[in-house]
Amino acid sequence: MLNNITLKDLTRNAPALIAVILLILLVLTAIAGPYLAPQDPLAMDLDSLKQPPSKAHLLGTDSKGRDIFSRIVYGTRISLAVAIIASALSLCIGVFFGLIAGYFGGRTDIILSQIFDIFLAFPSLLLAIGISAVMPPGLVSAMLAITLVGWAGFARLVRGLTLSLKEQTYVEASRALGARPSRILYKHILPNALPLILVAGSLRVGGFILLEAALSFLGLGVQPPTPTWGSMISLNRAYINSAPWMVIFPGLAISITVISFNILGDFLRDKLDPRLEV
Amino acid sequence: MLFYLLKRILLFIPTLLGITLITFILMRSLPGDPVAGMAGERASPETIARIRAELGQDRPLPLQYVGYLKLLTTGELGRSYYTNRKIADDLLEKFPNTVKLALAALLFASIIGVGMGVFAAVKRGTGWDRVVTLISVSGISIPVFWLGLALMLVFAFYLRWLPPSGMGKGNLVYIVLPAITLGTFSLSYITRVTRSAMLESLSQPYVVSARAKGLSEANVVLKHALKNSLIPVVTLIGLDLGSYLNGAVLTETIFGWDGLGRYALEGILKRDYPVIMGVVLFGAVVFVSINLLVDISYHFLDPRVRIKGAE
Repeated sequence: MLNNITLKDLTRNAPALIAVILLILLVLTAIAGPYLAPQDPLAMDLDSLKQPPSKAHLLGTDSKGRDIFSRIVYGTRISLAVAIIASALSLCIGVFFGLIAGYFGGRTDIILSQIFDIFLAFPSLLLAIGISAVMPPGLVSAMLAITLVGWAGFARLVRGLTLSLKEQTYVEASRALGARPSRILYKHILPNALPLILVAGSLRVGGFILLEAALSFLGLGVQPPTPTWGSMISLNRAYINSAPWMVIFPGLAISITVISFNILGDFLRDKLDPRLEV
Repeated sequence: MLFYLLKRILLFIPTLLGITLITFILMRSLPGDPVAGMAGERASPETIARIRAELGQDRPLPLQYVGYLKLLTTGELGRSYYTNRKIADDLLEKFPNTVKLALAALLFASIIGVGMGVFAAVKRGTGWDRVVTLISVSGISIPVFWLGLALMLVFAFYLRWLPPSGMGKGNLVYIVLPAITLGTFSLSYITRVTRSAMLESLSQPYVVSARAKGLSEANVVLKHALKNSLIPVVTLIGLDLGSYLNGAVLTETIFGWDGLGRYALEGILKRDYPVIMGVVLFGAVVFVSINLLVDISYHFLDPRVRIKGAE
């Protein structure tokens, strides 16, 4: 499956290559955060408030005198952590229930599909707001909210995949040989659904990052003074006219990250199944 | 046809109930007095008594949910902690503003989106096509609130062409920036879908015969190919309407637009739980209702489906 994609494919596609490089850099930044950041992201230098980019502060300082570059570096950890963990969780939950609904059909399917539909009936941000507002704010609330918003979409997708895959002859053969459903699901259906699931996942990570940014922009999720890209924008937006860099740079960080994930997702989809309507 | 209608409406009801159930669970997740999810201490004693009668702690949980449903059917969404106004009233007052903004955004997104999509399809493979693809990928990657701020910075503060915020008593200039901000995400999807639908239409045999007949390229593209591509595009536009509710929360906050979204934000900032829950519930009901309407009308609009349905 993923063997079909070679490094040569990647080098021939310029945007995808750039996207992958950027993403690797981002992950490295997240991991190496504390060593990479020139200053403490929480350290307030009250003598240099709202300073434009300079040699001392690469991207300037914010309204409380904190180094923006350092804060963006630290913010990378949060954005990527939330995105990856929430994606992984919602993927696992979604795949689990999607497989069950698709394979067993009948009443199980009807009930599960209805549950999927109920979760999908909420506009994503509103549901995320509802969930994170009733919990104590923080990293966990953001992750939980995004996971609960995202799982049903994966579930519906996997259900559809399972429905079509279970008609394959090898499944029929397996069943005739007396294989248990769990074995069929695990050894036959899941491996064949995996490429498309991964494509769907990579296309949705971007959305999760935007969701996390929106939540922290609104004051939910991870709280200040911990730096997140979204809260950096909301805390400093009053000064947009006098000190626009305080808002521009965090937003650029978000945009570049999400664009990279989207380009990567598009690349994977084109290589694995161009017809896919993910 | 009627059977389909009935079936869809029948399936709609459990979804509606499910929405209320989730909202109820969220409300009851709040620590403390269950009535706190719907009213503050400043609400009138009658309101509090009424709500407590249905949601009171002495009642078993399932009955509390039924009580909650009873309250909802009477239009009682509770009262704001702070203003003590009925949330239902607030929603009815502010929702039309959000609708206005959403329609403006929709207009922007559809016209520009379809235009760019057709353009990209016609110029397939050229540099223009790549530019459009780049724009549409950016459109779904840029955070809505950042885009709004950037547009505000450029057009309101630097160029001074448009006002930075507010609703301006209905003066149309005030809706331009928010509409563009809200519509950009949608625009990107519309562009992509239009482009692929057009590409598919343009590869159909009737296009070859139209060209052979001697029709001008513009005629072929616009009158024939576009008309046939419109069905998936219109469906997408309709289904996308719900997503405007998401963007509205962020856009209205930035531009000081007095709609549902900003109402939600104020609720969040003040931890005004009745407001938050009211908006979540209302938003979901609107979202799912619009999807139902679009689904049904699509079913009737698409002649292929209509014919099949008549069997």
